Amino acid sequence: MNLIRRTVLGALAALPFTGLTAGVSLAQDTIVLGEVNSYTRLPAFTEPYKKGWQLAVEQINAAGGIDGKQLEVISRDDTGDPATAIRIAEELVSKDGAVLIFGTFLSNIGLAVSDFAKQKEVLFIASEPLSDAIVWSKGNKYTYRLRPSTHMQAAMLAEQAAKLDAVKWATVAPNYAYGQDAVKAFKSELSKLRPDVEFVEEQWPPLFKIDAGSTVRALEASKPDAIYNVTFGGDLAKFVREGSLRFLFEDRDVASLLTGEPEYLDPLGAEAPEGWIVTGYPSTDITTDEHKAFADAYIEKFGEAPKTGSIVGYNSILAIAAALEKADSKDTDALLAAMEGLTVDSSPTGPFTFRAADHQSTMGAYVGKTGTVDGKPSMVDWSYADGADYLPSEDDAAALRPAE
Amino acid sequence: MGFYFAQLLTGLANASSLFLIASGLSIIFGVTRIVNFAHGSFYMVGAYLAYTLVTHWSGSVLGFWVSVILAAMIVGVIGLIIELTILRRIYHAPELFQLVATFGVVLIFQDGTLAIWGAEDLLGPRAPGLDSAVRIMGEPIPEYDLALIAIGPVVLLAIWLLFHKTRWGVLVRAATQDREMVGALGVNQAWLFSAAFVLGSFLAGLGGALQIPREAVSLQMDLSIIGEAFVVVVIGGMGSVSGAFVAAVLISVLNAFAILIFPQISIVLPFVIMAIVLIFRPHGLFGKPGSEKGAPEEPDQPLALMDQKSAMVLMAALLVLALSPLFTADFTSVLMVDVMVATLFAVSLHFMMGVGGMVSFGHAAYFGVGAYGAAMAVKFLGLGMISAMLFGPVCAAIAALFFGWFCVRLSGVYLAMLTLAAAQILWGVTFQWQEFTGGDDGILGVWPAKWASSDKVYFYIAFVLCIGGIWALRRVAFSPFGYILRGIRDSQTRAESIGIDTRFHQWMGFVLAGGFAGLAGVVFAFSKGSVFPDSLGIALSIDGLIMVLLGGIHALAGPILGAGAFVLIEDWVTRLDYWRFIFGAIILIVVLVAPDGIAGGVQRLLRGLKGGRA
Repeated sequence: MNLIRRTVLGALAALPFTGLTAGVSLAQDTIVLGEVNSYTRLPAFTEPYKKGWQLAVEQINAAGGIDGKQLEVISRDDTGDPATAIRIAEELVSKDGAVLIFGTFLSNIGLAVSDFAKQKEVLFIASEPLSDAIVWSKGNKYTYRLRPSTHMQAAMLAEQAAKLDAVKWATVAPNYAYGQDAVKAFKSELSKLRPDVEFVEEQWPPLFKIDAGSTVRALEASKPDAIYNVTFGGDLAKFVREGSLRFLFEDRDVASLLTGEPEYLDPLGAEAPEGWIVTGYPSTDITTDEHKAFADAYIEKFGEAPKTGSIVGYNSILAIAAALEKADSKDTDALLAAMEGLTVDSSPTGPFTFRAADHQSTMGAYVGKTGTVDGKPSMVDWSYADGADYLPSEDDAAALRPAE
Repeated sequence: MGFYFAQLLTGLANASSLFLIASGLSIIFGVTRIVNFAHGSFYMVGAYLAYTLVTHWSGSVLGFWVSVILAAMIVGVIGLIIELTILRRIYHAPELFQLVATFGVVLIFQDGTLAIWGAEDLLGPRAPGLDSAVRIMGEPIPEYDLALIAIGPVVLLAIWLLFHKTRWGVLVRAATQDREMVGALGVNQAWLFSAAFVLGSFLAGLGGALQIPREAVSLQMDLSIIGEAFVVVVIGGMGSVSGAFVAAVLISVLNAFAILIFPQISIVLPFVIMAIVLIFRPHGLFGKPGSEKGAPEEPDQPLALMDQKSAMVLMAALLVLALSPLFTADFTSVLMVDVMVATLFAVSLHFMMGVGGMVSFGHAAYFGVGAYGAAMAVKFLGLGMISAMLFGPVCAAIAALFFGWFCVRLSGVYLAMLTLAAAQILWGVTFQWQEFTGGDDGILGVWPAKWASSDKVYFYIAFVLCIGGIWALRRVAFSPFGYILRGIRDSQTRAESIGIDTRFHQWMGFVLAGGFAGLAGVVFAFSKGSVFPDSLGIALSIDGLIMVLLGGIHALAGPILGAGAFVLIEDWVTRLDYWRFIFGAIILIVVLVAPDGIAGGVQRLLRGLKGGRA
């Protein structure tokens, strides 16, 4: 027994050092990209994302890489903790020799890494976080963001919501920065288009802990004409089920952020609401040549249809590849210069540009309604909303950023 | 009127599901004194199993209810296996040590469910026959809610009958009151413990299974319920099942009405209620005095000063650490800063738990206040790094002064839960008060001064502060003040009888521990450049607890070994797929191999080596 104990303890003691001394990849013919995301905390959203960038890396490398060099992504789990994310970013940059960092899903982790990027002077491409602060109030020289932001998606919904007759609106959003930003943006955009609307009730359930019955009742009590929903994931499922049980959605319009994304819509199955105005991603229904090629390759590789995360992961690598090609260097200054106004001409979702003024990409989202096709929940009557149309002008946006 | 009645019914339906999980937790604690973190995992697994079974027999009323019961029974069997293979071996470990094992189980279950059921949320069917709403006083009420409202009291009644009308139940109640006596009367405790654990797991599984018609089954279910379940158990009084019922009703109904007036309150409401209840009723609503303590233990061995040989080994280790930046990469220094921060945090928690005898489930509060204090001093007061570093720990100490005053009036698990409530309230304020604290977007740009910005220079700043802090706490443990604290821990009555103001000394011990946790927080803030509410969160408090317990609560070296092992192992395993499973397994192995913590294990190892040589 004693011997076993000794062996086990000895082995345990030695374990961490294998991590400390793991080899540094110094190969000259690869370009190392550092990637951080919440793989264990939010696997439902980060797994499709990972598959997306894996596909893009594979395709680019198969086509000869960038300037003859192969891309190599070192991907790490941030465990959902900003402090851990920073330690990992540090390791990626200083030990693994990553030329830039990309990834992150949660807004606070995106912000933490963007601040790290500023301090350590390294390029960071925030793929997934939606927070407006990343490019505006807390934007910095080293951080670019790909996915259409909270503000953009809320503005897309507001545009559709303004066409409704509804005057009295109630809102429900998870109680944290994303929910608050989303409600604020929707209110201001809708009020601009329709000065006559009023907001009669707001509910702020804690994230992933919604007390759906009580929340639905509180919304019902305010007798709104329409409801703006920001809850997602498990909260959304509970909200939809309790809401339909209690007739909350009868004769009411609902505008719902991100609900058209397969990550959120698919789990609702047969109970997916009909006729909600949503932003999202209609996946295989998109018939452009670029998207068809992407979707076919994705389905062939992974045996499932791409989700929103997949397209974000895929476009991240396309953007990075474009930047590396334009900069023709792995040097941060050259990369930063390349990122300014960088245009990706051809992507599954169409061309997009990283605006020089606020570092936000113009990648758009799809706006439509929820419906059922062949018994499966999907988006219907959708169209692509180009991100550029829902951003403030470059001058206005630049004014939102802190002085460098 | 109808509206308020409907809101009441909604609250009662929630209360039933909360009660089911809390009752199991309460029974397990009452009998075995295990603080079972894995209870949320049982709840989650119950829900997943029920989902699989219910979709298999979809549509039939009988199929639904059979699935629910079957899922709960499977969870009961899982509970039995865990009890037999793991917990049974460590009942004689120091108080709360079993908590570490259940933490390992939580990690394993998280990856296990991910591997089996996948990442996507699963929305089960509605309950057949109860799938719509009926109108009561004109308001629609889901039929399933009415069923839940009935199920709660039925389960309560069943438990009551079980406890009062069966011999087994009488024994369980006896064990809840006095385990020693039950053992002395010849009752097979091992059997009793297993049975209680199975019943508790069954109830957790049942609670999860009954959620199928109400919510999507997801991987977040375990952690999102466990905090609230503990709160319910504590408000009701540890070990009191009817107390848990009353507490569940109290929390759920208050929440249903509170969100009408102040929607944001949900975040902290349960913890506020718990804090208020504990301040006025130190053993919860229906808890009995003495219900907070674990089994009587051997008194601790007095702490011994180090002999010369150990001191030399320690000095050598410190020297290696001090010189490490000269021969290692930058990143190693960064990692070492994290290790030192965690170590100081764990040592300060150990000072409170091990030396002061006050268990804390919310020590991160003072770590976070320290970090935020420093960050805000930089942002709002424009202080430089050094003065901000002084300011942070002072803030933490002041916070500890305030909350400690309330906490030291309690003892055992109730004290621990009040510290948790304090931490959650602070977290809630930080999270919500965006204008002041930045909310969950945190405070950015808290980097070290220019001269200290290189990783190596900052390593030395951290070295001086953290090692200095650890040394100071060690010094205090051997000072007259430390002796008094240890005296109070070992026998409060005797300490009082020789004229010691026990509360005052515990209070000051609390403040000191809080201040040093704040120091760790300050070093942390400047090393990461930003602070977020996570730094006051439950997760960090639990990490600290695991470090202290895993390291060995009875030795001053325990938290140092525990923190080092925890951070380094975590840094290593997160590189792997399914790392939570591996991490959980490592924790379980350590727990089983060294039930007295790493420090105890090392001591035995050394003794064994010496013995072998002689």
